[in-house]
Amino acid sequence: MITLIDYKAGNLTSVRKALTHLGQESVVTDDPGLVRDAEALVLPGVGHFCTTERLATSGVRDAVLEAIAHGTPFLGICVGMQWQFAGSTEAPETMGLGLFDGACERFQTTLKVPHVGWNQIRRTAAGKQSRLLRDVPDDSFVYFTHSYRAPVVDGVSAVTNYGETFAAAVERENVFGVQFHPEKSGDTGLRILKNFCDYAAERIAR
Amino acid sequence: MSTGGLSTGITKRIIACLDVTNGRVVKGVQFVDLVDAGDPAELAHLHAKSGADEIVLLDITATSDARPILIDVVRRTARQLFVPFTVGGGVRSLDDASALFDAGADKISINSAAIKTPGIITEIAERFGSQAVIVAIDAKRKVGSAASAEGAVPAEVYLAGGRTATGRDAEAWAREAESRGAGEILLTSMDCDGTRNGFDCQLTAAVAKAVNIPVIASGGAGSGDHFVEVFKGGCADAALAASIFHFGIHDVRELKAQLQREGIPVRLPC
Repeated sequence: MITLIDYKAGNLTSVRKALTHLGQESVVTDDPGLVRDAEALVLPGVGHFCTTERLATSGVRDAVLEAIAHGTPFLGICVGMQWQFAGSTEAPETMGLGLFDGACERFQTTLKVPHVGWNQIRRTAAGKQSRLLRDVPDDSFVYFTHSYRAPVVDGVSAVTNYGETFAAAVERENVFGVQFHPEKSGDTGLRILKNFCDYAAERIAR
Repeated sequence: MSTGGLSTGITKRIIACLDVTNGRVVKGVQFVDLVDAGDPAELAHLHAKSGADEIVLLDITATSDARPILIDVVRRTARQLFVPFTVGGGVRSLDDASALFDAGADKISINSAAIKTPGIITEIAERFGSQAVIVAIDAKRKVGSAASAEGAVPAEVYLAGGRTATGRDAEAWAREAESRGAGEILLTSMDCDGTRNGFDCQLTAAVAKAVNIPVIASGGAGSGDHFVEVFKGGCADAALAASIFHFGIHDVRELKAQLQREGIPVRLPC
């Protein structure tokens, strides 16, 4: 059972639909207790970084940190991945989880912002062993839509280029994040979600 | 870490559009003379399989009939669709938009309501994010108009599926929509729509240069060359077409192969 964290920003329908398509059961909650005890967590996200502030005030942030410490598989999508960094200049007052170093910043490019559409991901050296990106060839296309991007730091498993190189995916032990939308990235995206489900199933079996 | 060879930037998107009325996909010429083209869920799936980067479903009579979009059609179409899915036609309120997102839409497209009450753009963008809001502009060139030396193309915005003139200038309205929180502009040339004689590249380029958000060109696609033109000369970020795909004149795969040969970056289906 995968627990989708609802923080009233955007909609969870697409992610849930993709999990259902993969035969994966899921439940939606904003209750810190249920988050703490979840078998696996997914934090979907669209919109402004400040929406994650709600996670801190509701106690979900602490519950997520506790779950991660216990080894619970955790996948953050889009703003959900950005939240795993220290913070974002989009909402400087709002703290991220600080699981990865550095802050997210707005694209510094003459290209159009937001970065909307299909772009390619490529593994970093560390990303060659990625569980999440298993069987996903380098240069596969995935769907992005965002104006802020995370820095390429330790823990980044894949990068993308849009005027500058930024973090497309992160991975450290049981923590995973993707800047793109796997639920909207066709077969490549479904493969990535399945990899997470498979990892979670292995964890739960242990 | 080496990123050598990783292409800089994003691909040009090919968007398959399903014009729907009474739950069926239809196609007409310049918004009239509609003929049946099939089931929306089936066609959406087919287009995604053949490499369409996104699917747009427009309920083309919802506004003129003053009724809400058929939610069950949206839900059924979204169920097996794992590429971005936009729904438009008859979105008049935040509640209308919420119901569509709940039914599986990733973005909504607003047209008439955005002109009448522009605040709705901001309202939906603040709740669901700008990436979820497309402002659709149906534009018609002013009679006898040509591009000015600065590249401006006088064109008037129409609403209610092309039935009512607004007196608004297309470029100015696109800029306002962006400032109010739109994430993309869907620009339909009413002069070209349904003609299969090509996109209005001048108008598309003028609007694309006027805003800093992606512009989707629509209206007039009839051959692969037309897409090449609108991506090169028209500066479009994406291009939308309906009928040319429905009747199998050519599929998205074939179109993308041509675009790639012409040096336009596209996502090739695997």
